[in-house]
Amino acid sequence: MSSFLTTNALLIITLVKIALLLFMVLTVNAYLTWFERKVVAHIQSRWGPHRVGPHGLLQPLADGLKFLFKEDPTPAGVDKFVYFLAPLLSLALALTSIAVIPFGPDPIHLFGRDIYLGIADLNMGILALFAITALGVYGIALAGWSSNSKYPLLGGLRSSAQMISYELSLTMSVVGVLLLAGSFNLREIIDAQAHHPQWGIFGWNIWPQILGFICFFISAIAETNRVPFDLPEAESELVAGFHTEYASFKFAMFFIAEYTSMITVSCLCAILFFGGWLSPFPATPAWNFTHYLPSLLLIPFGLWVIWDGIRYETIFGRLILPAIGMAIGAAGAALLYFPQVNEFLQGPFWLLSKVFVFLFIYVWMRGTLPRLRYDQLMNFGWKLLLPVSIANVIITAFAILKWGAR
Amino acid sequence: MTPQLGIFCVLAALSVLGALSLILQKHPIHSALSLIVVMVSLAGLYLLMGAEFVAAVQIIVYGGAIMVLFVFVIMLLNAGVEEHTNLSKLAGIAGIPLTVALAGFIAAAIARSGEAVQAAAQTGAVSSTRGISTMLFKDFVYPFELTSVLILVAILGAIVLAQREK
Repeated sequence: MSSFLTTNALLIITLVKIALLLFMVLTVNAYLTWFERKVVAHIQSRWGPHRVGPHGLLQPLADGLKFLFKEDPTPAGVDKFVYFLAPLLSLALALTSIAVIPFGPDPIHLFGRDIYLGIADLNMGILALFAITALGVYGIALAGWSSNSKYPLLGGLRSSAQMISYELSLTMSVVGVLLLAGSFNLREIIDAQAHHPQWGIFGWNIWPQILGFICFFISAIAETNRVPFDLPEAESELVAGFHTEYASFKFAMFFIAEYTSMITVSCLCAILFFGGWLSPFPATPAWNFTHYLPSLLLIPFGLWVIWDGIRYETIFGRLILPAIGMAIGAAGAALLYFPQVNEFLQGPFWLLSKVFVFLFIYVWMRGTLPRLRYDQLMNFGWKLLLPVSIANVIITAFAILKWGAR
Repeated sequence: MTPQLGIFCVLAALSVLGALSLILQKHPIHSALSLIVVMVSLAGLYLLMGAEFVAAVQIIVYGGAIMVLFVFVIMLLNAGVEEHTNLSKLAGIAGIPLTVALAGFIAAAIARSGEAVQAAAQTGAVSSTRGISTMLFKDFVYPFELTSVLILVAILGAIVLAQREK
């Protein structure tokens, strides 16, 4: 038994990591819907979900159960195989893409092995990611086609045209970063930004690659079909676009795929342009006090949740909210008590904070911006975004030729 | 059986099945999907040989861009189930011998150069992106540039054809 464990250790560790990451991503997805509804509601002067559980915190659970138990009719005249394949393809590709993302710099030492945070550390990291995104179009296009209905077909057509157009500028805008780092590996791209540790935030790629970042973020939003580029599912014109004919859990699969790709894109933004897990403060001993920032954020937040919870209107909320607050506060205090754990969590803390900021920007844009018209979308993509990203590649290449990559 | 051989067998079987299905499927979308399976399993085979860059580009360019255009056009035209016409006489008479001859040539070529193919796969010089770009922009720079001119001509031709209706 033990020999089986040692010979297949890598396989077992990877499987456990996959299961853990899958669980975390799905949970984050569920609460991302809650977060989005809350933030958009507050932008529009509403309360958002607040009936199911305190502050609507159990709403994702209720939604999930509803998706599971709802009737799942298959419309007449659909192409059965493709109709079932499309949501599966969307979800599988979206979840695969997140396997490439590294979440922290240091390995965990467990059972005499170094276990890195992140499933696949590929040399072709970013290219593999683009390959998976390139295939992601099929989920939406095929869903639109196989439904045998006109609105989904229009949504599918729009999405394929849009994704072909914006994939070009998405890929071109990253080339500048690749030139600076000299590698496709995401870890090496982050390490290249830590070349001058005393510079802190000013060593990140965002400063030399500001054009690239703008192009990348806009194209990435278009690739994930989010507002203001959500023409494939424009509800005022196409009912729900490509997933009009999907119900129950097949619909949920498209939903999870969309939110997972939002997370992947946010991770990519943070890694490629904002230093990944690097702290924005200079990595010199004088700035070591910033390592207490996670505790400094967690403890007051926990106290606030307790204070908010004891005044909550329902008894369930008065019980559960202070408990959550105590857990958060205790986590913050534990970080102070175990400095080694605190040091280890610095990287993931900064990466996840940046990812959170980008997710917030996603939601913020949804609450603020109107949808583009179709010809505006195409003109913008081909006539502005693509030339600018190509210009960025040329400028970066010449700058590196003249001054070197660092 | 090593894991590599197992993966190779699965991928090879997938690509052959995909190719057969591409020919035998009645509906254009199903054929296009089969072609995507072929492309992706070929990319897997490249990956198995250590050519990571080629594998990624295979999926991005062929699996992603080109096949999306195929699917897009099929969806846009709303092409139905294809109609089968009677085989032309020429294809009936010359087709089978030519197929056998082609298969024979390929088999002979593979049988003769088996070791060379192995060696090329093992060196790994081609696999790295740097190796590929050095070869493209140093050793084969003129053929490479000529090819890009050819593609440019094709693009211009497409634009001219599309503009003619005005």
